[in-house]
Amino acid sequence: MMAALRERAIVSSRSVPSLPRHVRIQYDPVRQAFAVLSPEKVFWPNEISLDILRRCNGQSSVERIIADLAADYEAYPRDVAADVVAFLQEWSDKLLVKL
Amino acid sequence: MSEPLLPPIGMLAELTHRCPLQCPYCSNPVELLKADRELDTQTWLDLFSQAADLGVLQVHLSGGEPTLRRDFEQLIAGLSARGVYTNLITAGVGIAEGRIEAFAEAGLDHLQLSFQGARPATTDRIGNHRGSHEKKLETAHRARAAGLPLTINAPVHRHNIEEVPEFIDLALSLDAERLEIANVQYAGWALANRDRLMPDLAAVNRQADIVAAARERLAGIMTIDFVTPDYFAIYPKPCMGGWARDAFMVAPDGTVLPCHAAQTIPSLRFERFGDRRLAEIWTDSPAFNAFRGTDWMHEPCRSCERREIDWGGCRCQAMAIAGDATATDPACVKSPIHNRMAMLTDAAQAKAAPEGKESFIFRRIGAATRPDTRAEPAH
Ligand code: SF4
Ligand code: SF4
Repeated sequence: MMAALRERAIVSSRSVPSLPRHVRIQYDPVRQAFAVLSPEKVFWPNEISLDILRRCNGQSSVERIIADLAADYEAYPRDVAADVVAFLQEWSDKLLVKL
Repeated sequence: MSEPLLPPIGMLAELTHRCPLQCPYCSNPVELLKADRELDTQTWLDLFSQAADLGVLQVHLSGGEPTLRRDFEQLIAGLSARGVYTNLITAGVGIAEGRIEAFAEAGLDHLQLSFQGARPATTDRIGNHRGSHEKKLETAHRARAAGLPLTINAPVHRHNIEEVPEFIDLALSLDAERLEIANVQYAGWALANRDRLMPDLAAVNRQADIVAAARERLAGIMTIDFVTPDYFAIYPKPCMGGWARDAFMVAPDGTVLPCHAAQTIPSLRFERFGDRRLAEIWTDSPAFNAFRGTDWMHEPCRSCERREIDWGGCRCQAMAIAGDATATDPACVKSPIHNRMAMLTDAAQAKAAPEGKESFIFRRIGAATRPDTRAEPAH
């Protein structure tokens, strides 16, 4: 009956991640920090996580995100790639990022 | 030693106690408030605005059935204008045509829909409302059609714990992002019905295995949150994330409370919004400060390495079972009366009526003060 309506998405360099409707990033003036709001939880991402999440805009590919972050952090893309992919897979598995 | 007072993140607003259903596990207090005690629109809007100023990022709009408030759209709009994340917690019965779309338009972020059973007969029997299951299915479809993200909430007890696999299928078939399988917390009406609702250990263990396997299988497809059962626990839950630590709730008449059942602690007096500003209640109310942090703790909590993990557990459960709100939550294995939990679950099993013949104390105004009718034949 419940033929899988969705399938687990796996991150690839061509995935174009975005935030689903039930997740949003918001600046909190009281705590002076960015919060990620989701149905039950509020997350306080660290700087790098925030940099990844902000690039989940439904336009940039994972490859592009990695290249941008590498440029910002003055690192080689291959050094940031694994972390970015692992992060996106984890958030996608929790349905907090759409691939 | 005590940490600085932080602003609250979450608020649970019980807009009304009115509800078309009569669930015997309802977390509302047994003394339900009538409609004439509810805050008016402007007062709720003021309260929401003060909550946002104070640092609240997320408001759960609950009840009773919150959509019975005709101003519900207006309340959502007020919150969303302040950037507050709004979550509607609904029974999904009797929501008029066009309103769910209006909620979405007003800025509702998320909808959480309860199912009393995965089977129509169970839903209708537990909520004591014929046809409710069908209406809930329709609400789920309308919510998805309006583009709203959906969580299915399944409150679990003896009479539906074997339906857990069906709850998982149901939530998938309704295209929910999240399923919350929540073992009933025995407070409010659930405490009054404890013997009628408590599952047995074997069923609890089967359920835990099923949920663990499903979570793994459904990674990236549907999130399953699992509220574990207290009476079978080794350690207690950090009730509300710690007393008056990062969340609070407001009753329909504006009484500001650290948790659902706080009014069962006779030594505490609670304040109403309107008599005082929300920020003052949060910081200064003696009831909020009574169990904040760890200074109030006795042994074994006082020197326990988990004291800032679970904050000594639930104060109301300590009150209900130990008769002392400052005691260690009896759900904790270190509590001197922890064995009472097993005695209570055993006693509940001994009194269990044959399936389908349970005479619940249904949630309605005045019902809990009526004499126990369970010795009478079922009708
Ligand atoms: S638990 Fe049942 S009776 Fe209580 S508010 Fe929810 S739907 Fe209504
Ligand atoms: S003794 Fe107190 S602090 Fe320690 S685990 Fe038990 S309830 Fe928690």
